[in-house]
Amino acid sequence: MATGTEAVAGLPAQGGVRKQFILLFSRMWAWVFLAGLIVFFAASVSIQSHGDVNFLTIRNSQNILMAIVPVLLMGLGQTFVVIAAGIDLSVGWIMGLSSVVSALVNVALISKGTYEPLAIAIGCLAGIAAAMVPGLINGIIIAKLRIPSFIVTLGMSFIARGVAFLLSGGNVVGGQPQGVRNLGNESLLYLISGPNGGLYFLRPPPVSGETLRQLDRILQWPVVITFILLLIMLFVLHKTQFGRHVYAIGGNREAALRAGIPVDRHMIVLYTLSAATAGIAGVLSTARFSGGSSIAGDPLLLSSIAAVIIGGVSMFGGEGSVSGTLIGALIIAVMTTGLVMLNVQPFWQYIVVGVVVILAVLIDQARDLVIGKMEAGQNP
Amino acid sequence: MEAMLSVKNLVKRFGGLTAVNDVSLELYPGEVVGLVGDNAAGKSTLIKCISGVYQPDEGEIFFQGQRAHFARPIDARRAGIETIYQDLALAGNLGVSANIFMGREVKRKYLGGVVHTLNETFMNAASQKVLDTLDIRFANFGEKIERLSGGQRQAVAIARAVYWQAKLMIMDEPTNNLGVVEQRKVLDLIGKLRGEQVPVILISHTLPDVFAVTNRIVVMHRGRRVAEKRTSETNSREIVQYMVGALDDTRAS
Repeated sequence: MATGTEAVAGLPAQGGVRKQFILLFSRMWAWVFLAGLIVFFAASVSIQSHGDVNFLTIRNSQNILMAIVPVLLMGLGQTFVVIAAGIDLSVGWIMGLSSVVSALVNVALISKGTYEPLAIAIGCLAGIAAAMVPGLINGIIIAKLRIPSFIVTLGMSFIARGVAFLLSGGNVVGGQPQGVRNLGNESLLYLISGPNGGLYFLRPPPVSGETLRQLDRILQWPVVITFILLLIMLFVLHKTQFGRHVYAIGGNREAALRAGIPVDRHMIVLYTLSAATAGIAGVLSTARFSGGSSIAGDPLLLSSIAAVIIGGVSMFGGEGSVSGTLIGALIIAVMTTGLVMLNVQPFWQYIVVGVVVILAVLIDQARDLVIGKMEAGQNP
Repeated sequence: MEAMLSVKNLVKRFGGLTAVNDVSLELYPGEVVGLVGDNAAGKSTLIKCISGVYQPDEGEIFFQGQRAHFARPIDARRAGIETIYQDLALAGNLGVSANIFMGREVKRKYLGGVVHTLNETFMNAASQKVLDTLDIRFANFGEKIERLSGGQRQAVAIARAVYWQAKLMIMDEPTNNLGVVEQRKVLDLIGKLRGEQVPVILISHTLPDVFAVTNRIVVMHRGRRVAEKRTSETNSREIVQYMVGALDDTRAS
């Protein structure tokens, strides 16, 4: 029984270096892959267009960041839920519900003559609150009635879809005030390239005609908001007791329960949080497109789950990180944008994303297999 | 002397099955009681009722003279009952110190207590210290539990129970995954706890271990307590006969 003596001696050092390397690789491959993608697209886009088109532009980077906003927001909440060994399939339509509700509230308040910034603030909060209600119900049913999260959130996704369509009458809710549009499209910084250009903070210079095309918006508000949330959730998951308990529940629910972690309450909070991040995505979608759309979120749901998986979150729970989900979302957006710029038929992007998702899980499994064999080799 | 723990006529049913049937048990400071019985005799169910995992259907539990209602395991732990479960109850995806402090993490406070972060430095140091006092050394202290050997995991579960300075220690098959050297250490630990007046309930299939460290032996058979013997006044042949149901002190003879 070799295991016994090891409690004293610990693992022998030989093979430790290789194991560390494998662990490092399995943690870092997504970063390396992302860097490789950027280099690949920078080179191939430039070669294919004979230098006319550049992949590495400020505008392109900002487009990619704007593209990942909803995927990342839904993915952040999903990261917490999946680490706790659950899944939330309802966030796509919850995002749509939030988009519709915020747009409707904006319209209603503006038509009553409410001060515009106040109306928009209330509209945003209403959208997020409308998202949190189905999230809370998800959590209560999953935690208290012990119904698998897959089923509960699948059902809730249909309910959210129906409610969103009923509220919007199946149409896009328009008539949004200018302030909403600004929230979704204006930015922290403005850059005008060229001889008369410059960098402007918060307020774009008065430009027209030719210079307008040279105006780049850097860090648009949805991106700023998303990255502030990302930093907060990074902190919560990795530095606080709340985050530690998410891992404990995902690792061994029964052990967490016996250790006195309020597992039920935690699950309810997690599903509410997941819905809230989807709600924020919905509000930002209303702002970006100046309209509330019930179908805004659903096509992005599976992308957000793909981002979570590529980022290394285990579907069995207990493993994953916020930064991984960010990388996962970036990989998907860079691949999509790059393929479009290479004039590849856009349908190919789905095939490529699918391959990467499966590859990501294979890498994790290969890691466990190799390390398992190495450890078995050490304990003859 | 007042009993530290007193279980009175405890009954626990699962559907139609009575897992624990009218069992009483008393435990005094500085005493080690062996709880033995065949598989499905109700030993683990009984200790899970004491440690708050299950709620008994009938009967009462008194701890330090007070009527105890442990709705959840944490209530029992707060009262001072630490349990080493047979399944260890560790989270494989977390490290050694995260497991020792699971559910009772030590925090740092910022901004007047608004923001709390985990105090990893303190928890790591304290975990190292308790492992040292148990004479357990890890070369791979920072590893996830799932990458440790069975013996190392067992050591972590024991260290967790020891760290929180139990007033009563329950051990369910604590030597299960251990090599000979570590088994010896666990038995030494039981002796040490007895020296500190901490009573121990030891569940084990290894009768020589039970005879080596206990003062009394309680035998369960099909949910009932069929015998209670002073360790010095019995032998393993007699205990085995109780375990298989050949002898039964509660049966009218």
